[in-house]
Amino acid sequence: MQMKEYKPLIVAFCCNWCSYAGADLAGNNRLNYPAEVKIIRVPCSCRVNPMFILRAFQRGADGVIICGCHPGDCHYTSGNYYTRRRMATLFSMLDYLGIEKERTRVEWVSAAEGAKFAATMNDFVKTVASLGENKRLEDLRCKR
Amino acid sequence: MQKITTEQLIEKAAELMNEGKVASVLGWEKGEFGYDVTPGIFGSVDELKAKFVYGDFSAANLSKYLVKKTEMVQGQALVFLKTERKILIFLKPCDSYSFNQLLTEHRFDREKVYAVGVQCDGMVDIEKVKKIAGDGLLSVDTSGNDVVVKTLYNGDMKIAKADVLAERCVNCKSKKHVAYDELLGETGEVIDSNRFDEVERIEKMTPDERFAFWQNELSKCIRCNACRDACPACTCEKCVFDNPKSGVENKSPANSFEEKLFHIIRAYHVAGRCTDCGECSRVCPQNIPLHLLNRKFIKDINEFYGDYQAGAEVGSRAPLVDYTVNDVEPGEVFDRGDENA
Ligand code: SF4
Ligand code: SF4
Ligand code: FES
Repeated sequence: MQMKEYKPLIVAFCCNWCSYAGADLAGNNRLNYPAEVKIIRVPCSCRVNPMFILRAFQRGADGVIICGCHPGDCHYTSGNYYTRRRMATLFSMLDYLGIEKERTRVEWVSAAEGAKFAATMNDFVKTVASLGENKRLEDLRCKR
Repeated sequence: MQKITTEQLIEKAAELMNEGKVASVLGWEKGEFGYDVTPGIFGSVDELKAKFVYGDFSAANLSKYLVKKTEMVQGQALVFLKTERKILIFLKPCDSYSFNQLLTEHRFDREKVYAVGVQCDGMVDIEKVKKIAGDGLLSVDTSGNDVVVKTLYNGDMKIAKADVLAERCVNCKSKKHVAYDELLGETGEVIDSNRFDEVERIEKMTPDERFAFWQNELSKCIRCNACRDACPACTCEKCVFDNPKSGVENKSPANSFEEKLFHIIRAYHVAGRCTDCGECSRVCPQNIPLHLLNRKFIKDINEFYGDYQAGAEVGSRAPLVDYTVNDVEPGEVFDRGDENA
């Protein structure tokens, strides 16, 4: 029997004003990035609660990336500055608990950076794929 | 033993009651055994005389009780319903930080509280005593720098208090009272403690070791919620862990994911507001070192955003609801971590 090729599932939280538009631009420009990236649109990167990230892992994500406007460009002025502090501390805590730090990432992608969006996703998927399945924050009840 | 005695505190409380300054007292109440002291509310001098105690087991941090005790009911605080008098609270140095933190968060009305700072000479951890003395404790008393234990099986023994000091007191961060109206005994200084040593030790492990360490610790959790309920920073009226729709409401963790979810969220929720009073670890019936999660956040915050002690002053802005334009990026944090490893 042939093993199904392993494809990581990535959840990307993208803020409505920059990164989501960036993803759109990547599509319009026909830039490739893996279909395993599932985008969830949020009003601002700071809408992402630590619970969202844990939930994503629970429901089967192998990696979670948060994309927002570049610092200083947040539609709500300071949302992404809070995101930055929150995620720095949260990711550090995940690392402290022994959960692979490469599975989480924050990236600033503007609406004009379609290419950056695609490149970021390609790179992130590659990194996560090399780590394999998320075992340390999995919930067997949610396995497909 | 404490330099300040139970009698001195009762005397002070009685004096304030008789003067009509305070209506009730938040203090420590005797339990069945000398060591199971609980928080208590006292409404009269007689009650105080019968049940109040201050000693090496008066570890409970009382600040949180002020939230409910001064709560507004139809525009009037509970204690004010009957009288115009205040509620008296006794604060050890570490409790006074929680007191300030709650004030910062506008969780109670300072006007309705009379705070008496009490000198603290360190608290004893009964679990440590049990480890040395074994089962069948008959009585535990402290005299001077010794703990005198009588046991059923292993006879009587004397243990140096230093050997059974509570973890939070071994690493006491400050003997300074940061809030009080009046002081009994002396107030000390902020101490340059070694409280981050253990966190550093864990940080230096490999990810696999860290994972195994925490898996081992967190899997003991029975989700009694005591850590949340005792925490003076956890005062939300609605908590995600009470919400039946969250799937993680008051029930024991179904698997290791739920354990981690609870602990990450609990610790994260108090990050930047935790005063490191050590109540969570103290009340945990499973002896999970929860303070090591909180201290990790404190240590990170100190390193990333500059030293910050929650509760050191009223009105300071917690680091996670603050920012500067030049903060470190989450990615850089990890690179820096690699250098340490
Ligand atoms: S931590 Fe310090 S102030 Fe708090 S109970 Fe222990 S010795 Fe007293
Ligand atoms: S007090 Fe201990 S056992 Fe109870 S919920 Fe907290 S960590 Fe779990
Ligand atoms: S709106 Fe894009 S990060 Fe706030």
